[in-house]
Amino acid sequence: MLVYILCFGLFLVGIYGVIVKRDLVKIILALGIQGYAVNLMIVLFGYRNGSIYPILAKGKEPVPMVDPLPQALVLTSIVIELGTTALIVALAIKLFEKYGTFDITKIRRLSG
Amino acid sequence: MILPYYVIIPLLTAFLITLIAGKKDYWAIMLSFIAISALLLLSVFSFLTMKEETVTYVMSNWSVPIGIILVQDALTSYTLIMVSIISFTSLMYSVQYIRHLSMDWRYYAIFMLLVTGMNGVIVTGDLFNLFVFLEISLFSAFALVAYGGRAEEFEAAFKYTVMGSVSSVLVLLGIAILYSATSNLNMAKIAQILPTVDSKITYWVGGLFIAGFGLKAAIMPFHTWLPDAHSSAPAPISAMLSGVLIKALGIYVIIRIFFNVFNAPEIFTNIFLVLGTISIIIGVFLAVGQWDMKRLLAYHSISQIGYILLGLGIATPLGILGAVFHLFNHAIFKSLLFYNAGSVEYALGTRDLRKMGNLTKVLPTTSQTSLIASLSISGIPPFNGFFSKLIIIIAAVQAGLMGYAFLAIIGSILTLASFMKVQRYGFRGDNIISSIINPVEWRMNSAMIILAVLCVLTSLMVVPGIKELTLDPVVKVITEKTQYVQLVLGGLNVH
Amino acid sequence: MQQSEGMTIIVKTATRITVWIILLYGIYIIFHGHLSPGGGFGGGVIIALAFLNVMLAYGRKYTNNWLNIGFLQDVEASSALMFLVLGILGISLGGAFLANFMYKGKLFDLISSGTILPLNIIIGIKVGMSLFLVVWALAATNSEKGD
Repeated sequence: MLVYILCFGLFLVGIYGVIVKRDLVKIILALGIQGYAVNLMIVLFGYRNGSIYPILAKGKEPVPMVDPLPQALVLTSIVIELGTTALIVALAIKLFEKYGTFDITKIRRLSG
Repeated sequence: MILPYYVIIPLLTAFLITLIAGKKDYWAIMLSFIAISALLLLSVFSFLTMKEETVTYVMSNWSVPIGIILVQDALTSYTLIMVSIISFTSLMYSVQYIRHLSMDWRYYAIFMLLVTGMNGVIVTGDLFNLFVFLEISLFSAFALVAYGGRAEEFEAAFKYTVMGSVSSVLVLLGIAILYSATSNLNMAKIAQILPTVDSKITYWVGGLFIAGFGLKAAIMPFHTWLPDAHSSAPAPISAMLSGVLIKALGIYVIIRIFFNVFNAPEIFTNIFLVLGTISIIIGVFLAVGQWDMKRLLAYHSISQIGYILLGLGIATPLGILGAVFHLFNHAIFKSLLFYNAGSVEYALGTRDLRKMGNLTKVLPTTSQTSLIASLSISGIPPFNGFFSKLIIIIAAVQAGLMGYAFLAIIGSILTLASFMKVQRYGFRGDNIISSIINPVEWRMNSAMIILAVLCVLTSLMVVPGIKELTLDPVVKVITEKTQYVQLVLGGLNVH
Repeated sequence: MQQSEGMTIIVKTATRITVWIILLYGIYIIFHGHLSPGGGFGGGVIIALAFLNVMLAYGRKYTNNWLNIGFLQDVEASSALMFLVLGILGISLGGAFLANFMYKGKLFDLISSGTILPLNIIIGIKVGMSLFLVVWALAATNSEKGD
C-alpha cells in the first residue's frame, strides 16, 4: 500500500514542476517525471502475491508468475513518451532562436 | 473485411511519400489525393450498405478476450464520412496555400499520419489501441501547428504540446485503474464486467477521463490552449483541427466510453449539462470582443462544442439526435469559415478586422460563401445550423430544463451578433480595397464552394423520409447503451 | 572550433575499440527478442547509441565522411514500408492483418515463432536509425537571435 502512495507522490511532484517552474528545460524534465510515475504505477498493478518474473527459460518448471500484459503496455508507453520529448525539445530550441530567452514569462506575444 | 484498410491506406501513403519524394512535391500531392479519394469512396460505400448491423474484424486471428478487435457500427461510419469529407477539401485547399510557404513533401506525410490516427481512434474496439492512435494523431497535430515557422506558431505549439502531454498522462492513469479493476482491455468485455465491480471505481475513472478527454475536446475549464493553437496554425490545418480533431478525439471517445461502456450514470450527464452551458456562454462572450478574425472563430469553436455537450447531457433520444446532427454541421460550416479567413489572409496579408474593407469586388467567392457560413452558424433557416440548434433547444424544453434552454437561446443571439460584426467590418466595410497581393486560384475556390453546397444539402437530413436512413441508426446505437456488448460479443460477425 | 575536432585522444581510442562491441550487443538483444526480455525497441536504442558514441567522440564532420546520411534515411523509410508489407501479406496468407503465417518451429529455438523474428529486426533497424537521425538533426542548430 505504501508503494502506491509513494508512486502517486512522484506524479504530484511532476505536476508541481509543470505548473510552477519558469524555465523551459525544467518544464520538459517535469513532464518526463510524471510520465515515468504513471508507467511505474502500471507495472505495480500487475503484481500477484508470491510470484516471480514472467520468463520461461529452457529446462525450468512453470511456476506462478506476475502479469506480463502491463509490462508490454509500459514498453509502448515509454516509446511514445520518447517521441513526445524529442518533439518538445526541438520546439524549445526553435523558441530560443526566435525569442532569445528560456524564461516562459517573457515568451508571451499571444494574449487576450 | 474492409475495416483494417481505413488504417492501412493512409499509413502506406505516408511511408511511400517519405521514400520516393524528391525535391519537389508532385508525387506527394498525387499520392495523397489518391489515398483520400479511396477513403472517401470506402466510407460512403460502407455507410450505405451497412443498415444497422455491427461488423467486427479480429486482428491477427487472436479472438476476443486475448486479442484486439475492430468494430464498425452506425456511429463509426457516420464519423468516418465526416472525417473523409473535411480531409478531402482540406487537401485541395492546402495545395496552393502551402506552396506559398515552401514546396515541401513533409507537410503531406504528416497530414497522412494525422488522418491515420483519427481513423484508428474511430474504428478500434480496444482501450489501449485507442490510446496509441490518440497519441499518433496528437503528435501530427503538434508538428503541423508549428509548420509555418513564425515566432507565434512555435509558442502556441509549445503550449499545446505541454497541455496535451499532461492530459494524455491522465488518460493513461485512468486506463491503468480500469485494467486493475476488471483485468481486461476490450471495451465490450469491460462493459460486461463493470456492474459487478464497486461503483466508486466508475466515478474515479470517469472523472479522470472527463479531465483527459475534455482537454482534447476543449471543454470549458480546459480550453486555454485552443485560441492560440487554432489561430496561429496555417488555415487548412486550423480547419482540420477545429473541424474534425476536437470531435473525433474528444466527443466521439466521450460518447463511446460514457454511453456504451459506463451505461451513462446520472452524475456524469449532469456534469455534461453544466460544463456545456458554461462553455456556450463564456465562449460567446469572449468571442464578441475580438478583432483578430481567426481568434474569433477559435472562441466560437468552444461555444459550439458546448451545444453538443448540452445535447448529450439531456440524454433523451431527441437531445442525442440534436447533438449528433450538430456534430456533422459544425464540421462543415466551421471549416468553411476557416477557409474564408485563410483566403483573406492569403490575399491581403493581414488578419485584423479593422484593416479590411469592402471585399465583394476582389474576392467574390469568398464573400458569398462567408455569408452562407455566417448564416448557418447563427441558426437562420433554411441552412443546417438552424435545424440542429432547434432540436437541441426543443429537447431541453421537453425534459423540463428551462434555464438551460434559455441560456442556449442567449448564446445563439450573441453568435448572430458577433458574425454580423465580422460581415460588417470584414467584408462590407467602408473603404474600397481594389488591389490584392496574391490572387486566389481555382483550387481554394472550389474547396469553399463544395462546402457551401453541403451546408444547404445537409439540412435535408432531418426531413422525415431521409432521417430513418441516416440519423436514426446512429441515435439507436447511442441510446441503447450496453446493447453494444450483445452486438459485439454475442453475434461476432467475423469477416 | 573545438566542437568540430571532437574529444581528446583517450576518448577517441577507447571509442574505436568499443563501438563494435556495442553494436554486437544490440544485435544480440534484437535477435533473441522472442526468448528473453528486450526485443526490437531496446535493441534499436542500443544500436542508435553506438552511432551516437562515434558522433560525440569524433565530431560531426568526421562522422559525415564515415557514414552516408542519405542512405540511412532511405533505410529508415523502407523498413517502415517492410513492416506494412508483412502485415498485408498476413491478410492474404493468414486470414487477418498481421497474422502469424510463417514456420513456427520448436520451443526455445532461435528460428521459431513465425513472424515475430522478422518484425523484431525491422523495428530494431527503424528505431535505431530514427533516434540517431533525430539527435543528428538537433545538433545542427546554431544559436543566433532574431525573428
